[in-house]
Amino acid sequence: MDSLKALIKRYQLGSLLLLTLLLVVVLPLTLDIFRLNLVGKYLCYAFVAVGLVMVWGYGGVLSLGQGVFFGLGGYAMAMFLKLEASDPESTKIQSTPGIPDFMDWNQITSLPAFWVPFKSLPLALLAVVLVPMALAWLISFAMFKRRVGGVYFAIITQAVALICTVLIIGQQGYTGGVNGMTDLKTMLGWDTRTDSAKYILYFLSAGLLIASILLCMWIQKSKLGTLLLAMRDKEDRVRFSGYDVAMFKVFVFCLAAALSAIGGAMFTLQVGFMSPSFVGIVPSIEMVIFAAVGGRMSLVGAVYGALLVNFGKTYFSETAPDLWLFLMAALFIGVVLAFPNGLAGLYESHIKPWIARRLAARKAGATPRTPAAPTPPAPPASPMSGSAPPAAPAQA
Amino acid sequence: MSHDHDSHDSPESNNRRRLLQGMAALPLIGLPAVSNFARAANIPTAQVNTTKLAVTDTEVVVGQLHSATGTMAISETGSIQAEQLAIDQINAMGGVLGRKIRVIKEDGASDWPTFAEKSKKLLINDRAACVFGCWTSASRKAVLPIFEKENGLLYYPTFYEGLEQSKNVIYTGQEATQQILWGLDWANTEKKAKSFFLIGSDYIWPRTSNKIARKHIENKLKGKVVGEEYYPLGHTNFNSLINKIKLAKPDCIYAVVVGGSNVSFYKQLKAAGITADKQFLLTISVTEDELLGIGGENSAGFYACMKYFQSLDNPNNKKFVEAFKAKYGPKSVIGDVTQAGYLGPWLWKAAVEKAKSFDVAKVAAASPGIEFKEAPEGYVKIHENHHLWSKARIGQMTMDGQFKVIAESPQLIVPDPFPKGYQ
Amino acid sequence: MSLTDMYNIALMQGFAGLSLFAVLLLMGLGLAIIFGQMGVINMAHGEFMAIGAYTIFLFSTLTQNYLPDAMQAYFPFAICVAFVIAFIVGWFVEWALIRHLYKRPLDTLLATWGLSLGMQQMFRSTFGPKEVSPTLPDWLMGSWAPSEGLDIPINGMFVLALTALVTGLVMLALYKSRWGLRVRATVSNRVMANAIGINTKKTDRLTFAIGCGIAGVAGAAFTTIGSTGPTSGQLYIVDSFLVVTFGGAASLLGTVVSAFGIAQTQSISEFFMTGSMAKVLTLSLIVLILMMRPQGLFASKVRR
Repeated sequence: MDSLKALIKRYQLGSLLLLTLLLVVVLPLTLDIFRLNLVGKYLCYAFVAVGLVMVWGYGGVLSLGQGVFFGLGGYAMAMFLKLEASDPESTKIQSTPGIPDFMDWNQITSLPAFWVPFKSLPLALLAVVLVPMALAWLISFAMFKRRVGGVYFAIITQAVALICTVLIIGQQGYTGGVNGMTDLKTMLGWDTRTDSAKYILYFLSAGLLIASILLCMWIQKSKLGTLLLAMRDKEDRVRFSGYDVAMFKVFVFCLAAALSAIGGAMFTLQVGFMSPSFVGIVPSIEMVIFAAVGGRMSLVGAVYGALLVNFGKTYFSETAPDLWLFLMAALFIGVVLAFPNGLAGLYESHIKPWIARRLAARKAGATPRTPAAPTPPAPPASPMSGSAPPAAPAQA
Repeated sequence: MSHDHDSHDSPESNNRRRLLQGMAALPLIGLPAVSNFARAANIPTAQVNTTKLAVTDTEVVVGQLHSATGTMAISETGSIQAEQLAIDQINAMGGVLGRKIRVIKEDGASDWPTFAEKSKKLLINDRAACVFGCWTSASRKAVLPIFEKENGLLYYPTFYEGLEQSKNVIYTGQEATQQILWGLDWANTEKKAKSFFLIGSDYIWPRTSNKIARKHIENKLKGKVVGEEYYPLGHTNFNSLINKIKLAKPDCIYAVVVGGSNVSFYKQLKAAGITADKQFLLTISVTEDELLGIGGENSAGFYACMKYFQSLDNPNNKKFVEAFKAKYGPKSVIGDVTQAGYLGPWLWKAAVEKAKSFDVAKVAAASPGIEFKEAPEGYVKIHENHHLWSKARIGQMTMDGQFKVIAESPQLIVPDPFPKGYQ
Repeated sequence: MSLTDMYNIALMQGFAGLSLFAVLLLMGLGLAIIFGQMGVINMAHGEFMAIGAYTIFLFSTLTQNYLPDAMQAYFPFAICVAFVIAFIVGWFVEWALIRHLYKRPLDTLLATWGLSLGMQQMFRSTFGPKEVSPTLPDWLMGSWAPSEGLDIPINGMFVLALTALVTGLVMLALYKSRWGLRVRATVSNRVMANAIGINTKKTDRLTFAIGCGIAGVAGAAFTTIGSTGPTSGQLYIVDSFLVVTFGGAASLLGTVVSAFGIAQTQSISEFFMTGSMAKVLTLSLIVLILMMRPQGLFASKVRR
C-alpha cells in the first residue's frame, strides 16, 4: 500500500487518477449517451493536445499543422470503413458497384491502388499510425537538421496544412473532396452507430488516451524527457554536449503526429465521418489552444483544456453564437498574457497553495487523524509546471 | 425515368389531397385563423404523435439548422429568414393540426462536423418533428446518416448535384438536371451556342453539374466543350483563367463559381474586357444574393438559369416579396434558394395534414403528390423521389442587381436525381 | 489561332503574373516590416487588410448616399483613410498586446490569432455576415485595349502602380529617414540602440503601426479585385507569410523577389493545369525550397 502511494507520488499520478475517475466513472454515470458521445469526440481532440504538450511544451517546437496528422489518421480509418460500407450489394445502383460512391460520381471505374491495402483492418490500423509518422518525419527531418527556428517551423507546418486541404478537396475522386467520407456504418460487421457501440467506443477512447498519457509521462521521466527540456531552454548547450538535437526533435514530433492520428481514427469511429475541415489551418490552430488552455506543460491539463474549450464551443454555439468568437479571442489572448501555463499553472499557483493552507489550518486546529502524507505548506516549485516565468521557447 | 419507389397513394388519400388543395388555396397572409384549422386541433396528441416527438396539444417543435456564422452565413441567411417567414405565416393561420410551430435554431457554423453534432441534438435531445436546414452538399452529406438512423425529416432548400434520394429528406431545390439541361437547350437554340467553356469552384456540386453539362453538350447538342477549369473555394485571382477563355474563344462561358469567388470572377472578367455585349455567359450559381456583392456594373447582361427570380411576375410572388420585405427590410433581396427555403414549412404542413400525424414515417409517406399552389415560383409538387417538379427559367442580370426573366420552360420539369446517360 | 492572338495572350498572361505579383507584394510588405524587422508574427495581418477593405466599402456607401457627385474622386482619399485607421488600430494593438510579448514570438502568434478571431466577429457584427464589395469609380473599371484582342485590366494596373508607390515609400522611409535608421539600429542590436538613446519602445510601436497601415492600404487596393467578408483575412494570411518567409525575413528586397517568383510560378502553372493543382504545386515548391534553404532566398545576418 505504502509502496503504491510512493509510486503514485513519485510519478505524480494523482492527477491522472483523478482524470481517469472522471472519464471512466463520473461522466458515464452522469451524462446521457448523446452528451457522452460528445465528450468522446472531445477526447479525440485531447489526443492532439497531449501530443502538443510533448512537442510544444517539452520540445519547444510549435506545430500549426497537427490537423494534418489528425486528418490522416482519421482518413486512414475512414477509408477502411468506407470500403466496408461500399460492398457490391449496397452499391448496386452505381455504374461500378463495389467502389465508394464518390468515386463512382467522379467516373472512376476501379479501386485506385493506394486504396487496396485499406481493405484489411490490420493494414488500415497500421496506416493510421505509420502514414502520419512518415509524413511528420519527412517534414521535420530536413528542417530540424537545418536548424529551422520555431517560428519558421510554425509557418511551414501551416503551409503544409493548406497544401493538404487543397489536395484533398481537389482530388475528390480519390478522397471524397469537400464532403469528406460520409456514411460510415460498420466495422467488421459491427454497427458503430448503436448506443452500446458508442459506449464501447467512448471507453476505448478514454482508455487509449490514458495509455497515451502514461506513455508520455514515462518519456518525460526518462533521460529523453530531461534532454528535451534542456534542449528547449538551451539548445546549443545540449548540442555542444554531443547530442544530436535534431533527432530528438524529430522523434517527439513524430510521437505527437502518431498521437494526433490515433485521435483522428477514434474520431472517425465515433462521429461516423471524416472531412477536410479537420485538416486545415483553422482547426490546427484551434487544437493548439486546447493545449494552451490546459497548460502547455501539463499532460493531464491538456485533456481538461480540450474538454473545456470544446464544451464551451458547443454550449455557446447553442446559446449565444455571436459571443463564441469573442470568447475564443479572449481565451487566446488571456492564456498568453495572463496565464501562460493555463489551467495547470493556475492550479499550481492558486489552488494548490490554497488547499495546502486549508489543510495546514485544519491540522493546527484539530488533532491530526492521519499522520501520513503531510502536505507541504508552500507552493512547490515543480520543475514541470512551476510558477516560474513562462517557459517560452526563444528560437527565432 | 424516375426511380422505383413505393407509391403510397390510396383512393382515400386522393380525396384528402383534393381537400388539401382547397385548403392550400387560401391566401397566404392577412387571413385570421380559420375554422378549418380549429377542427384539426381536436385530434388528440397521442394519435398524431406515436414516436415520442416534441408535440403537445398546443405546440410542435421543429428544428432549423443553418450556418449563422462562418463563410456560408453569406448564403444561408436568406434561407433562415425565408423559413422563419413561412413558419410565422403558418402560425398566424393557426399552425399545423392546430398546434403552433416552435422553432429551435441551431448554428452549423459552416462546419460539417458541427452540422452533424447539431442534427443529433435536434433529433435525439429536442425530438424535433422535422428540420429545415443545410445548404452545402457537404453539410447535407454529414447529417444524412443521422437523419436516416434517427428517422428524422429534413427539408433541404438548395439546388444541388443530385445522385441522392432519401426517405428522410425532402429536396425543395432543383437537382442538377432540372437546372442544367433546359438552360443548355435554350443557350443552344436561342443563343446558337455550340462551344462551351465550363468553370467551377472545386467541389462536388460544380464538378457534377459540369459533368452533366458536358454529357448534354457533347451527346445531345452535338456541341463542343473547349475547356473545363476548377479553382479552390475562395480563390480570388482569375486572370490566368480569363486568358485561357480568351484563347479558347467559346460561344458560351458556363460558370458554376460559388461564394466570394464570384465577386472576383466577375470583376476581373469586366476588367479583362469580357462584357455581356461581347460574350455570352450562362451561370447556375448566381442569384440575387450573389449579385448584391458582385454589383450590377460588373455583371449586367449575363444570364442565369434558376427556377425562381425575385422579379418573377405572378400574384403569389408579389405577396411573398412584399411579406419578405415587410419583415426583413426593403433592401433585402430574395434568391432562388431563399424561395426554396420558404417552400419547406408549407410542404411539411400540407404533408402533416394529409397524414393527420406528425410521425416522420407517415409524413414522408404522405409527401409524394403534395402540391403547393401558392409557391412564389408558381406551382410545385412533390415527386415520389422526394424532389419537386419545377420549371426552369432564364434571367438576365440588370444594373440594379436583379434579373429580367427572359425565358421559361413550357412545362414543369421532372426531377431525376439519378439521370441515365449522364453518369 | 493567329500569331498576333498568341502574342496578345502571352502579353496578357505576362500581365496576369505581374498583377498577382503586385497583390502578393502588397500583402507581404506590411508583414515584412512587422515580421522581418520586429520578429513579431502578426496572424491578424489579414484582418488589418479587411479593415482597409471595409473602410473603402464604408466610404463608397457614404459617398453614394450623400455625395454622389464625388463618386469619381473618393477612392484615393479613402485609401489614405484606410491607412490611417489601420495605423491607429495597429498602434493601439501594439500598446495593449504586442509589447508584452516581444520575447515570446510563438506566443504573439497565438495572441494575434485570438485578436484576429475577435476582429472577425467585430466585422460580422458591424457589417453583417455577407460579403460586401464597394462601388468603384468608373475610371477603375474595364480594360485598356491598345489593340484588337489585347485587354489590360485597369484595376490590375492600378494595384501595380499603388504597389510600386508603397514599396518605394517604404524603401525610402526605411533607408533614408530617421525612423528607418532607428528601426534598423533596433533590429541589429536592441540593447545598443537603447544605450545610444534610441527609444526602442517607441520605434517598435511606430513600426508595428506602419506595418498595419500598409496592410490597410493593401486591403483597400484589393477591393478593386475581389470582395470583402468577415473571414476574408484568413484567405490571405498564409500567402503573406510565405512571401515574407520565402524571401528571407529581414530583407525587403527578398520580399520583392519572392513575391515575383511565387506570382510567376502560380500564374504560369495556372495556365497549364487546373487552379487547384497550380496552388498545390506552388505551395509545395515553396515548402520544399524552404526546407532546403530555411533562411529564405535572401538571408540576412540578423537571423540565427
